[in-house]
Formats: sequence, structure tokens, C-alpha cells
Amino acid sequence: MSTTTTRDLASPAPAKATSAKPRRGLRGNRTFNFWLFIGPFLLGLMIFVYVPIGWSIYLSFFEARFTVTPSKFVGFDNYTYMLTNPDFVGSLGTFTVFAAFIVPTTWALSLGLALLVNRLRFMRAFFRSVFFLPTACSYVAAALIWKMSIFSGVRFGLMNTIIGWFGVDNIAWLSNPSPPWYWFVIVTARLWLQSGFYMILFLAALQNIPGELYEAAAIDGAKPGWQTFRYITLPQLRATSTAVILLLLIAAYQAFDEFFNLLSKTTWGRPPLVELYYTALGENQDYGAGSAGAVILTLLIIIVTLFQGKLMGFGRSEEAK
Amino acid sequence: MSAMSNSNWSRRSIFRAAAGMAAAGTLAACGGNNGRGGSGGSGKNLTQMFHAYGEAGTEQAIKRYAKAYSKANVATQWITSSDYESKLFATLLTKNAPDMFEFHPQIQMVKSGQVADLSDIIDPVKADFNPADIASHTVDGKIYGVRMIDDPQFFFYRPSLLEKAGVKVPETLDELIEAAAKLTTGKVKGLYIGNDLHAVINPMIWSAGADTLNAQNQIAYHTPGVIEGIKKMRKLFTSGHLLLDAPTDYWDPSALNQGLCAIQFCGMWAMPQFQKALGDDIGIFPFPKTIDSGKQSVYNGGWSMFVNAKGANVDAAKEYVKWLWIDQKKDQEDWATSYGFHIPPRASIAAGATKLKSGLPAEGVKLFNEFGHFDNIGWTQAMITALEDVFANSVRKGGDPEASLDKADTAVNRELKKLFG
Repeated sequence: MSTTTTRDLASPAPAKATSAKPRRGLRGNRTFNFWLFIGPFLLGLMIFVYVPIGWSIYLSFFEARFTVTPSKFVGFDNYTYMLTNPDFVGSLGTFTVFAAFIVPTTWALSLGLALLVNRLRFMRAFFRSVFFLPTACSYVAAALIWKMSIFSGVRFGLMNTIIGWFGVDNIAWLSNPSPPWYWFVIVTARLWLQSGFYMILFLAALQNIPGELYEAAAIDGAKPGWQTFRYITLPQLRATSTAVILLLLIAAYQAFDEFFNLLSKTTWGRPPLVELYYTALGENQDYGAGSAGAVILTLLIIIVTLFQGKLMGFGRSEEAK
Repeated sequence: MSAMSNSNWSRRSIFRAAAGMAAAGTLAACGGNNGRGGSGGSGKNLTQMFHAYGEAGTEQAIKRYAKAYSKANVATQWITSSDYESKLFATLLTKNAPDMFEFHPQIQMVKSGQVADLSDIIDPVKADFNPADIASHTVDGKIYGVRMIDDPQFFFYRPSLLEKAGVKVPETLDELIEAAAKLTTGKVKGLYIGNDLHAVINPMIWSAGADTLNAQNQIAYHTPGVIEGIKKMRKLFTSGHLLLDAPTDYWDPSALNQGLCAIQFCGMWAMPQFQKALGDDIGIFPFPKTIDSGKQSVYNGGWSMFVNAKGANVDAAKEYVKWLWIDQKKDQEDWATSYGFHIPPRASIAAGATKLKSGLPAEGVKLFNEFGHFDNIGWTQAMITALEDVFANSVRKGGDPEASLDKADTAVNRELKKLFG
């Protein structure tokens, strides 16, 4: 059961500084070693992350239809177009609401799971793996399972079978947007896919809370259960919670796969990225407007993240310990 | 002293940084030139792109035809994703674009120079082709694609179920809605027209006495009849008698074959599978009249072969298309009748296609001739999407049809202006 020991992510064992032996040649050379280890990653980062980002910003100022090497400079036209495009602005609005809902829900569910698993006396590794496994599942595969077997509209779909036992008629979960059952499908898929991963983060943090705190609290008369949770566990998880909420927020705005696969050919429930996909890569192939939208979305994520960090004290995590 | 050691350090580090950057630059250059280009060869290698046909044996057939060709190696890309057109459009912009591909005639591909003029290979046999198919591929007297198959689309129904429910074959949209209600039982839904209903958009418009575009390439779908049709479709959609979220789409015969519905919108291609599963208990009828003054309609869809005009092997690709889709009549007949049923666009092949001469297939051919509407080359993907949005907003969502048609008008007019000025 070596897997049960979890290392503190926030403060790993300090790396032993190599003793500065006066040695000739490249092997002992720190600068060389620095580039040796950083170089490949830096190179990958440059080619696959920074260059595309830069290119995208460049494209957003040009009329780039059917090409990624445009020549016609249009200034902020693409930005005006995207910001006055009701579909794109609408999707930003929808997904702000979506984020406001999915972030706390996923946070609460993964924290709940972590608390439950942490309490287990036996089979802890088993349950931890069971809840973590969905993280390894591809979003596309999950979307297909959700669409074809669980939320299929026919009478033998899993959910329709279950509600059939209670005498409820079949529901067209995805085709029919009123009532908007598709949100239920998407939220369940997303929770299933994501909770496990954040559960692991919480579990690691829970195991790092010193037992003495609970003992001291017990001596001072704190009742186990809610009181201990509210005044010891939750404050101790502050750093992890902040990080989890941050990641969840970014993930909510970057939602793509399950929406694209579950809601093809709709005009509703389109996240910003799906909207941008249709703008930039659909029949219009408008890379300029698409890039402008991507930049707007990035700025929005940055602003929300900074605001949230300010609110919850990201970067001040050490104090919470 | 500290200053001295500092400058010493920085001189070295500058050198190293420079060397590092030079190395990075070299590698980056390698990354940029990642072997996509190598298509400038002898023209002996060709690629062709097909959407995945649902019938067993189709992929093998296409590869078998290609293998028999001696003048070039023809590789086949068989695209299984549901949005073949986006995949095709995206690929055509890259250097990985196929030399030949199948698609429907759409004028923006001609205007942007993506498809090659095939008049010289078609002209000698032009008289043999269905004139409507020639017309739908012609722009300014030049023919841009070779029709491989014509696929009429209509409703398939099970006469036994209609008889049991006391329903006659519907001739108007109102009758269809009523039939769907009567045919719906605990386990079987009355009607299936696909999960997104998009397959019946054009038939609904034609059956309302309207059209997508008129002869002058102006909007012709925005009529009171179409608005009435959209309202009726909304009524049908919300009735609870429509099969929705089925595991397979309208083009797959499973919904009717597995007893999920009593009537299904599908196409000629699936006829052999229907007959195999249901025997004689299968009949067909065209899309009913949307309004009383309208006329029943059938969408004569189908697939055509195009040559990528921007590819490196235009001539070799044209030669292959001529060899297979003009000269090899045996293969053309095999393709049209051995897997799914399709109507051969060439009179000489249709005349010999005995499988289509009697019974249900013959009825399908009759509907094709009597009620059929062919593709309009001026009706492009962006316009198709615009009307799909109308159906999404006003049939599946309860939006006002007039407002969503106005929105579509804006999109279609922008596209028309780009294409025709």
C-alpha cells in the first residue's frame, strides 16, 4: 500500500544543493546544466504555446479569412465584430452563469468525496482509485456514453428506463431545449469526469492537516463534525481550495469537448470555445475574428482569475498553514 | 573585484545564451518544415476523400476500384466523423488536401477556385447523364463535378402498423402529424425524422410551394407557406409523437427496423436493409404537402466527384476520375446497386440496373422522377447552416419563425452578395 503515502505538494523536500566542487568541463557547469534541463521544455513551450499565442494576437488585427498569413491590417475591427456579435457575447454570458454554478458544485462534490474517502478505515485505495478513474476517461468518449446509452431518448435509454419505473414519459434529453434538460446531461458528465481529480487534491491536503490540531480542539471542547470541519478543516484547506477553484474556473470557460459532442447542430448551450470553433474553423474560416475572440476570452479568464486570487488570497497560501 | 568576476560571468553567459538560441533557432526551423510539403512528386500518388457510407462493403469497394487503376497509386481517406463538410473544408486549405473528393455541388468552391473544370472529360458523354444532374454542376457553361449516384429521400413506413391504427398514407403535413399521433403507442413512436430534423428542411420548403433560391438566385424560402410549415413542424416536435435522441440518425435504417417508430424519413440507399429486416412490410411516400396549395416533394440528393484545383496533381486526378466515373461502367453500376440502392445518374447504366426495375425500388425511382428536386449549386453550406439555425430556433426552440427567417435572410444575403455580387 505504498500509494497511501502522499507527499505534501506545497512544500516538497528541498533539493540538496550540489556541493560546489571546483571542476572543469561541461558536466559540472551549472549554466550548462540549467540549459540542458530547461532547454527542451522551453523549446516546446516556445513552439507549441508562445508562438501560437503570439500568432493568434497577430492574426486578430488582420482580415484573415481562409489564410493564416494575412496581409490586410484592420486594426480593432475584428474585436468590434466579435464584441457586437450576439452569439459570442451571449455565449460569454451563458458561461459566466455556467461557471458560477459548476465551480461551487464541483468544489463541494470533490471536497465531499475527499472527506468520505479520508474517513474510510479500509479499502481506501480502492475507493480513491474508483473515484479518480473517470479523470482518465476522454471527454469525447464520456460524451458518447452519456449521449448514446445513459441519456438516449429512446425507451431503453438508462435514464428513461429508470424514470419509466415511476411512470414518467420518455424525455428527449438533448434534442429538445425546453425544458433545458441538456444542462442536466452536461453537468452530470462534467461532474463525473472532473470530481475525482480535485478529490485527490483535497485528499492530499486533508492528510497534511496535523492531527494535533484536532486533538487540541477536542480538548478545548470542540464537537467533532460540523464545528471541527468549519473551524479547522476548512481553514486548513484554504490554499488547496483556492487552487481548485482557480483551475475549475479556467476549465469552465475552456469547456469544449462534451458540449461539441452532445449539442451538435444547436444554437443554444454553446461555450465560447465552440462558438470560436465555428467562427474560425467552420465554413467561414475566419481566423482573424476567431483570434480576436480568443484574445477576448483569454483576457476575461485572466481578469476573473486575478479577481478571484485577490479575493481568496492566492499566493498567500503559506500563511494558511 | 566583484565587478570583475561579474563581467567575467556575464561574458560567458552571453556566449552560452547566444549558442543556446542558435540551437533553438535551428530546431525551430526543423519544426516549421515538418515534412508536410513532400507532395511535389511524379504525380503517381493520389489521394481521394469520401464520407463513410453506412452500408457494408462500400469502403472495400472504393478501395478495390482504386487498386485496379494502373497509372497511379490512389489512397483513400474514409471520413467517419459526422461533419464531413467541415473536415473537407478545413483540409482543402492545407497542403494535405486530397486530390479528389466527393461532395455536393456548391458554387463557393467554384468561385474560390477549389474545384477544377471537368467539362472536357464529361462533354463526350454529357447526353448520357441526367440533364438535371448536369445542370446542378454547371456554372457559366462549365461542368465542375461528375455525379456518381442520385439518392432520393422520402418516408419509409410499415403498412401493417398503419393498417392496425386505421391510418392512411399521409398526403398533407397535417395528416402526417395526425398519423404520428395515432401510431404512437407505449413502446413505438409514430414518426422519426432525425434528431435535429434538418433532413426535412428542404422538402418542407418545396412542399410549401416555395424554394431555397429562385432562378435569379434570390431568397425564395421566406413565404407565408414556409412560416406556416415551421409552425406545423413546431407542433409536431412538441407533440410527443416524434422519436427524439435516437441512437442513430435519420440516414440509418435502425430506428424503423428496430421497431422504435412506425414511419421514418430516410433515403433510397437504405432500402435493401429495410427489405432485409422487414420483408414486405415496408412502403414509401414523399414529403407531404406542407400547405394545401403545395405539392409533395422528394429531395434528390446524391454525391459527386470533384477534383481539387489547387492540388499538385490536377491532371492525374482528372484522368483517374475519368477512368473510374466515366469509363468503368461496371464499377459505376456496382457502386450504385450492390451495397445501398442509388439511382445511377447515367441513362445507359440505369437502363441495365435490373435491381431497380421492380417492386419497392421501382417505386423509389418513380418518386424520384415525379416529385424530385435536385441540388441547386447556388445554395451553399453557409446558407444551409442559416436554415438549420431557423429550425433550431423556431422548431426545436419556440422562437418566432418570422424573426428567425429574418436572421437567416441576413446571413444568406451576405453570402449571395459575396458569390453573385
